[in-house]
Amino acid sequence: MIVLTFAALTLREAARRKVLRALAVLTVVLLALSAWGFHTLVTKEFDGAQLTSGELRLIASQLLNLVMFGLSLIAALGTAFLAGPTVAGEVESGTALAILARPIRRSTVLTGKWLGLVAFGGGFIVLAGLAQFVIVYATTGYWPSDPVTGLALLAFQTAVLLTLGLLFSTLISPMASGVVAVGLFGATWIAGVVGGVGRGLGNDSVAAVGTVSQILLPTDGLWRSAMYAFQDPAALLGFGGPAVKGGFPFLSDTPITWAYLAWAVAWTALVLGLAALVLRRRDL
Amino acid sequence: MNAVWASGLRKRYRKRTAVDGVSFSVARGEVLGLLGPNGAGKTTVIKMMLGLVRPDAGEVMLLGRPVGDPQARARVGYLPELFRYQPWLSAKEVLDLHVRLAGADVPEGERRDTLALVGLADRARDRVGGFSKGMQQRLGLAVALVARPEFVVLDEPTSALDPVGRADVRDILLSLKERGVAVLLNSHLIGEVERVCDRVVILDRGRVAASGTLAELLGGRELRLRLEKVTSEAEERLRRAGPVHRDGDLFTVVDLDVDVIPDLVADLVALGVRVHSVEPGRVSLEDRLLDILGSER
Ligand SMILES: Nc1ncnc2c1ncn2[C@@H]1O[C@H](COP(=O)(O)OP(=O)(O)OP(=O)(O)O)[C@@H](O)[C@H]1O
Ligand SMILES: [Mg+2]
Repeated sequence: MIVLTFAALTLREAARRKVLRALAVLTVVLLALSAWGFHTLVTKEFDGAQLTSGELRLIASQLLNLVMFGLSLIAALGTAFLAGPTVAGEVESGTALAILARPIRRSTVLTGKWLGLVAFGGGFIVLAGLAQFVIVYATTGYWPSDPVTGLALLAFQTAVLLTLGLLFSTLISPMASGVVAVGLFGATWIAGVVGGVGRGLGNDSVAAVGTVSQILLPTDGLWRSAMYAFQDPAALLGFGGPAVKGGFPFLSDTPITWAYLAWAVAWTALVLGLAALVLRRRDL
Repeated sequence: MNAVWASGLRKRYRKRTAVDGVSFSVARGEVLGLLGPNGAGKTTVIKMMLGLVRPDAGEVMLLGRPVGDPQARARVGYLPELFRYQPWLSAKEVLDLHVRLAGADVPEGERRDTLALVGLADRARDRVGGFSKGMQQRLGLAVALVARPEFVVLDEPTSALDPVGRADVRDILLSLKERGVAVLLNSHLIGEVERVCDRVVILDRGRVAASGTLAELLGGRELRLRLEKVTSEAEERLRRAGPVHRDGDLFTVVDLDVDVIPDLVADLVALGVRVHSVEPGRVSLEDRLLDILGSER
């Protein structure tokens, strides 16, 4: 299978190109910091006043979501900067000439690369996420409410972003495509926070900012559902007023819905299809 | 059947016309040279021929299939003008990858032989990223040859090579020719083209300026003689061999049949002409090319 050849090639590239090492270093730093932070939190900060188990769960939930956001950011940066060069870079350097003169379709190459990147991003999320769960459990005794769903959604978020990176990669230069993808990812996240505040305040037009951006680029919607799966189900009850509910950036009030999941799948297929179409028409 | 058949190829980049109605073909087992000045459209023609660039108009049949069908490229080997291979792979891994992509069944030993053929046998396990430019071009040559192609397309295969490498490429081309593999060679080294090509297509500003076999393009032989005491009778005898140009005591007879030279010389001597030198020659492809391109301007 030629698709798998390209998937394997993409993984080999990631492994040999120091991206893996850079990611590993960043991840270890983040995990170590979080271990230190959680440990300090439990032993020092609150040692005068013992935390109730409810308070601990609330704090652990938020902190876990914060660190998971860090992880998803690393995954996003890593895969976006892998996805960027993969098409644009190979076209620019001339590597694509020899490859695409072989009896293969351009869409096959693209799909293979996509699969490889998804495997890479997903693998990273699962490994680093599990390590983080263990750290949180060891320091605070908290275990996420639905870790499998959460990690799957986070991996899906990475897949969505790298698909976008791949589309840009067929259109613009290698670096620009990575930067634009990550920029849009950040913008959607901010729009999500803004929309959450709007929802909390009952301001529909502000809330619409979040909803629309989550439909245009499903990364933030998936991220919020992933948070929901990580946090303690009772966490949000800890806050009194509805005003803060939606607006809190590291707690979520929205579980994943099948409709949104279906949209995210369709979005990904659509964008990948568009990338294939653009690449097919492109002169090398 | 043709290895490639192209008709009416046209390509514009924005306002600039790169290729403007180019038609040509390469027969199976034939070696075709593609010549022309910088920017003539040679590389663009090659890329359209391989489906790497979409022509605005025109049609290409590659090894009997329309070029839109990926399988048309199954038995084609290509060395691009801009040769770059995955720097994170070793030379051997690059060849393995291309064998797999070509869907060819090439045993390990044969792959090694191909690397040896281009002089990279002892660098097989080194990363391509550490290769010199010429070594990368040699690897590109191996990539073009490894999957048992029936048609090899080389876009300036010796641009980065040392003189030994150039001689190697010439030998490789001759051995391909011997095995009946069709070749399209784009090169600025006219000597190289003259040595190996059966036919030549000359492109200029996106159009075919001239094409034909070497004999057709270069015309017949010529003969340069340095003579003394040339009588009108002797001059008449010279003219019977072919059109004569005279420049002092240097006489040039063009388009003559080489077989008539001994008789001609014997007759001239019999007519009392003193013959100082007799030099058979041929219009070089280089002169002819400059001539064609000059008359186009
Ligand atoms: N990607 C491109 N974008 C814009 N113009 C291009 C592109 N590729 C080629 N051209 C133009 O098309 C024309 C032909 O270029 P091409 O590369 O085919 O020439 P060439 O005959 O191979 O020249 P050389 O001998 O220098 O390799 C040139 O005028 C060039 O500027
Ligand atoms: Mg060229």
